[in-house]
Amino acid sequence: MDSQAIATQPEHGHEEHPPYLRHHFATVEQQRETASFGMWLFLLTEIMFFGGLFTAYLIYRNWYYPAFVAGSHQLSIFLGTLNTAVLICSSFTMAMGVHAAEMKWRKPLVGWLLATIFLGCVFLGVKAVEYHEKWEKHHVPGLNFSTQDFTHPSAQYKEEPPLPPDMAAKTQVYFSLYFAMTGMHALHMIIGVSILLVLVVRAWAGAYTAGHMTTIENFGLYWHFVDIVWIFLFPLLYLISRHQ
Amino acid sequence: MSEPTQNEVLDTEPTHHSEHIVSPKVYGVIFGALLLGTAITVIASYLELGIFNPIVALAIACIKAVLVILFFMHVKYSSRLTKLTVAAGFFTFIVLITMSMTDYISRAWGLW
Repeated sequence: MDSQAIATQPEHGHEEHPPYLRHHFATVEQQRETASFGMWLFLLTEIMFFGGLFTAYLIYRNWYYPAFVAGSHQLSIFLGTLNTAVLICSSFTMAMGVHAAEMKWRKPLVGWLLATIFLGCVFLGVKAVEYHEKWEKHHVPGLNFSTQDFTHPSAQYKEEPPLPPDMAAKTQVYFSLYFAMTGMHALHMIIGVSILLVLVVRAWAGAYTAGHMTTIENFGLYWHFVDIVWIFLFPLLYLISRHQ
Repeated sequence: MSEPTQNEVLDTEPTHHSEHIVSPKVYGVIFGALLLGTAITVIASYLELGIFNPIVALAIACIKAVLVILFFMHVKYSSRLTKLTVAAGFFTFIVLITMSMTDYISRAWGLW
């Protein structure tokens, strides 16, 4: 990432190489491959991290299925679908940003990165609206939770059968997993948007369109990974037995 | 025959990443496919498919994830090293999930 500083140190006089190619790599391709390999290893640890949450979800869903159905029906399918579309759009703009960097187009790169930031913020905004609604409906385990909606479904949800009190209490497991999984996902989005802000400033200065664009490419991998996590979260959290 | 240059040697290695720029057209098609998959998964969740509801939902999610990995993340055009790394990661994840589930399924074995 900071190849400039290292490559321009004066002590190695042999073999000329461009400033963006680090001294210990034979070719730019080799350098790019190495960085990409390292990024994928990081993403594999991320798969294991989210994998643990998904496994917990799978096990509890099998144990407390009626509570998971009732909890899932409290989520807004419209907002969930909207957010899925927004995130897919942001993945597309990021892919186009990587393309612009490959073509060494500075202004289009900045434009696509800004579009990605905008869509990332829209996603987080919609998520905040959803969290706020959960708070108002007393569906936040540990802080503000009531089983009222599940033991005595209100007129709004009168097609829902009321759950027995012990199963209604288990909706807390569903909402705990909901907040843990979407919360960790949102944290990844916040980190991603923060990094993007730095990338935009550096891209505007021409950092990724003069030599190599490994940083943009690897950030793209991260952003697409976060998109993939949501692709699984959406059907698992929002779409449990909507037909019931 | 002259000695192969350093770059020619590197070109034959499994870490060789041939320069390939994915065209915006491909990104556009994948983008459309992902939006279509989202629409299908929402519609499918409203249909009564019995035990196939979660299976269909996960199958669509897997197809979408594979599209993102292959095209947006360039794995289709990557070196064999990258492909192997990605495949090994998902394989390990599936092994871990399977082993956890065999444990939970067999805890009450013979007690019912």
